[in-house]
Amino acid sequence: MKLLKTNKFAIASALAAVAFGVSSASGADQLTVVSWGGAYTKSQVEAYHKPYTKQFGTKILSENYSGGLAEIKAQVEAKSVKWDLVDLEMSDAIRGCDEGLLETVDISILPKGDNGVAAKDDFIDGAITDCAIANIVWSTIYAYDKSKFSGKKPQTMADFFDTKKFPGKRGMRKTPKANLEFALTADGVPARDVYKLLATKEGVNRAFKKLDTIKSSVIWWEAGAQPPQLLADGEVAMTTAYNGRIFNAIAVEKKPFEIVWDGQVFDMDLWAIPKGAKNKAEAMKFLAFSTDTKRLAGQAAWISYGPARKSSIPLIGKHAEAGIEMGPHMPTAANNFKNVVQNDFEFWADRQDELNERFNAWLAK
Amino acid sequence: MDMAPKTLETSRSEILSTVDGQPLKKALARTERTKRFKAILLVAPLLTFITVTFLYPICLMLFRSVENPLVAENMPQTLEVLQKWDGKSLPSELAFAAAAKDLAAARKSKMIGRLATRLNFETSGLRSVITGTARKVKKMEAPFKEAMIQARSQWGDVATWSTIKRLGPTIIDVNYLAAVDRGYNVKGEIELRDEDRRIYVSLFGRTLLMSLIVTVASLFLGFPIAYLLASLPLKYSNLLMILVLLPFWTSLLVRTTSWIVLLQTQGVLNDVMVWLGLFEDEQRVQLIFNAQGTVIAMTQILLPFMVLPLYSVMKTIHPSYMRAAESLGAHRYTAYWRIYVPNTLPGIGAGSLLVFILAIGYYITPALVGGQDGQMISNLIAFHMQKSLNWGLAAALGGILLGGVVILYWLYNSLVGVERLKLG
Amino acid sequence: MSNISLPKHAGLVEKCWHYAFVLICSVVFLFLIAPILVIIPLSFNAEPYFTFNESMLAFDSNAYSTRWYEDFWSTEIWRQSIVNSFIIAFWSTLMAVTLGTLAALGLSRSEMPCKGLVMGLLISPMIVPLVITAAGIFFFYASVGDFIPLTGTYLGVIIAHTVLGTPFVVITVTATLSGFDNSLTRAGAMCGADPTRVFFKVVLPLILPGVISGALFAFVTSFDEVVVVLFIASVEQQTIPRQMWAGIREQISPTILAVATILVCISILLLTTVELLRRRAERLRGMLPG
Repeated sequence: MKLLKTNKFAIASALAAVAFGVSSASGADQLTVVSWGGAYTKSQVEAYHKPYTKQFGTKILSENYSGGLAEIKAQVEAKSVKWDLVDLEMSDAIRGCDEGLLETVDISILPKGDNGVAAKDDFIDGAITDCAIANIVWSTIYAYDKSKFSGKKPQTMADFFDTKKFPGKRGMRKTPKANLEFALTADGVPARDVYKLLATKEGVNRAFKKLDTIKSSVIWWEAGAQPPQLLADGEVAMTTAYNGRIFNAIAVEKKPFEIVWDGQVFDMDLWAIPKGAKNKAEAMKFLAFSTDTKRLAGQAAWISYGPARKSSIPLIGKHAEAGIEMGPHMPTAANNFKNVVQNDFEFWADRQDELNERFNAWLAK
Repeated sequence: MDMAPKTLETSRSEILSTVDGQPLKKALARTERTKRFKAILLVAPLLTFITVTFLYPICLMLFRSVENPLVAENMPQTLEVLQKWDGKSLPSELAFAAAAKDLAAARKSKMIGRLATRLNFETSGLRSVITGTARKVKKMEAPFKEAMIQARSQWGDVATWSTIKRLGPTIIDVNYLAAVDRGYNVKGEIELRDEDRRIYVSLFGRTLLMSLIVTVASLFLGFPIAYLLASLPLKYSNLLMILVLLPFWTSLLVRTTSWIVLLQTQGVLNDVMVWLGLFEDEQRVQLIFNAQGTVIAMTQILLPFMVLPLYSVMKTIHPSYMRAAESLGAHRYTAYWRIYVPNTLPGIGAGSLLVFILAIGYYITPALVGGQDGQMISNLIAFHMQKSLNWGLAAALGGILLGGVVILYWLYNSLVGVERLKLG
Repeated sequence: MSNISLPKHAGLVEKCWHYAFVLICSVVFLFLIAPILVIIPLSFNAEPYFTFNESMLAFDSNAYSTRWYEDFWSTEIWRQSIVNSFIIAFWSTLMAVTLGTLAALGLSRSEMPCKGLVMGLLISPMIVPLVITAAGIFFFYASVGDFIPLTGTYLGVIIAHTVLGTPFVVITVTATLSGFDNSLTRAGAMCGADPTRVFFKVVLPLILPGVISGALFAFVTSFDEVVVVLFIASVEQQTIPRQMWAGIREQISPTILAVATILVCISILLLTTVELLRRRAERLRGMLPG
């Protein structure tokens, strides 16, 4: 009965909204927060949204997207900004800031760390930018289904590209980003030289040549929730993925997956506010709230992404549902951090148009 | 229409008039005018609506493919100096000084990022050159040539300057050139792009090829059932017609979902094959997320658009034609091929054109089940609209696709007539 | 008429041809309808898989459940998208029917100038690829954003869907009007009724089947539309197809099959209505016996 009533109300209010040509949700008592969906959004809802709503009473609408600046640009250009806060990848945050699509963030709103260290020293290097503040460190890794490989298990990036030794389909994200880095690492290029090489034509050719070797057995994914699903359905034997999604499948859904950290490409995700956001002040408040020491450590109890504040690291405990110690599952844990490539956002902001084009052409061939 | 009464009346000496004494010719013309006015008045609201919310937006989009205000607005001094530049050697100090001023101003007005992005679409890497230089330009001193080249070595390339000059005009053709895999080289000549970046021409080709396959497949599948429907007594054909119309009324997304469920490696069809022992569990075949899957799904989705016009044409072919042919001694199959099939040509034309037009613009199905080799041109347009944000290129690709569709539509309209579009 | 049935004196070759023909037709009908029907039982699968397991094939009642329907109904975002879909489809249908019917009345008058061209323009939203329409509307909404916010509003989506729905109304109503006897309106006028009264008392009842089937087409067009929604709507206008699109791209959950089944039922309902109307209209025109 109650259900029926709320629906009726929703219809009535929506009809009214239509009649007056205004949108129904623009009150200052709610925020639209946009993120990547699935387990990741859940970790944010648990660690940020719920405590925030509890403390300030503001309702938080959560929306999913699959990355990129398109929607933000569309909203800003149309002067109809619906999103208040967006979880962006580093290269998009930089580009969005350059193009004037994001509000600048005054770092004085960020609280000190719990240990009393000023925010600008507490955040890890590169986590504070003009328009966006990082909340997590995440990485693109590859994972496999243990039950699919009875003998030797894959251990290096080169194994991912070796379909003779480890037969089966591969899942990869449908973008050149991270894949080109993986290809070079697998081809024996040391981590520190990867971008130096990718800046040259020969390096790009070499990466594509390496990708050619597995192209026929790749299934391409686009949304972060897909790779664990592809593994679970048996559609692929190994897949690249965001480490937190795989961890979630292992810890919560008890899947027989294993992460290979060799050659991981790590990156940060940042909160940014689109230019002209309706609830800018409230969004700033939420941004400061969600990036304090406790909240960042709290998110790490839901997903295995590293907090962007140093002061949060000692607070990382066990997974809130599965009770697993989270520390060793972070991309930055010493055991996992042996052969890593840090995503070069300047490189990607510069070269993504050309490389996307080449990647699309390569895919279609 | 007006001509007939006019000639009639001038040939007569006396003037006919209405009851109230007005000349009949005038009165008739007036009623004619009011009637026409009324008809226009009825059509006007929709015509205005469509013009404002559909035709005008499409013109806007087409305009996007050639307009290019960013460089002209933000680098006016540089462009002025570059007008006299020969394009062969590095420009003079004057140009560097002007560029430094322009970049400083653009940084101040916060346009620098957009300017950088625009230039980057044309020459990869220019984004960081522009934004990086702009950050330092305030502290730069003459001679600017050395200072800028020191900041970013690309300022020492002729190519950087020719890119700026090339993007100077507010109306440009580079988007259309890019849409056919071409671009200007340093000398200002149009040439093909590097082989590994050519994509659009072959994609247009593939879009046409896939649409053609879908059209031919629909014709071959649609012809027998249209024939069956047209020959059965109404009470049966009406029942079978529902089998054609139900897919027609069912959501595109539902039908695409069904195909995924049916064809995926862990799907129903593969299960049946394994169960029948046709192949082992490990040998399951990938039937979807590729070009074949897209063609299969699109054929099923577009088939009703072929069956309906075929059916309505076949319905009008009187069986006596066939009987006449047979009684004149033709064999039944000769009669069929020489009499019946030629008579269905209007239906074949209408159905094929319609299916083909709808197929070349398909987006949803290829996006969901196309995988890597089943993508069509609409998918790349959406990619540039939503992911790369290269709206100019998206608009140019859209312009070419639209051109093709308009020609086919015109053909359809003159051969079949839009008013005879069949919707069940 | 029924040259389909096999003549008694048919030879072996003819018999083979005949059976081959029947076989081909059955396969094509199966091809058309099977994909739609296959999801219906699967949506009642108790397990989160998309294929039939043995207990399902044995009609074991434990293998079937309505959990995906419950999941659908208990998920806020799905409920909201149903409400949104209906609101948007309702208003855009209303606008499309009003504008489309008026235009069809004008177009079917012999006095209408440039009929072919105007008709061609009015039908074009049906022909132009959706991606192009959506891109154009996206740029248009952005350019008028200063005066009236249309991107990410209900009004914006409704206007766009009205554009896509009108061609169907124009086509169906024009088709009904092609058999319309104009002397009836004159008779009405001579009896002293003013034009509005003539329209509602004489014209409308006669063209009503066309108007209704046009309305249903417009409704389905809006109800099924996803490209424009992807380009211009925000989360508040999330519709069923938009939600399905997101679901299919991420992972097909059985909930999507449940939604799909519901949509199939709606299509069956709409199709039945249109068919009944069509038959009634044909009967009225004396095309059908009885």
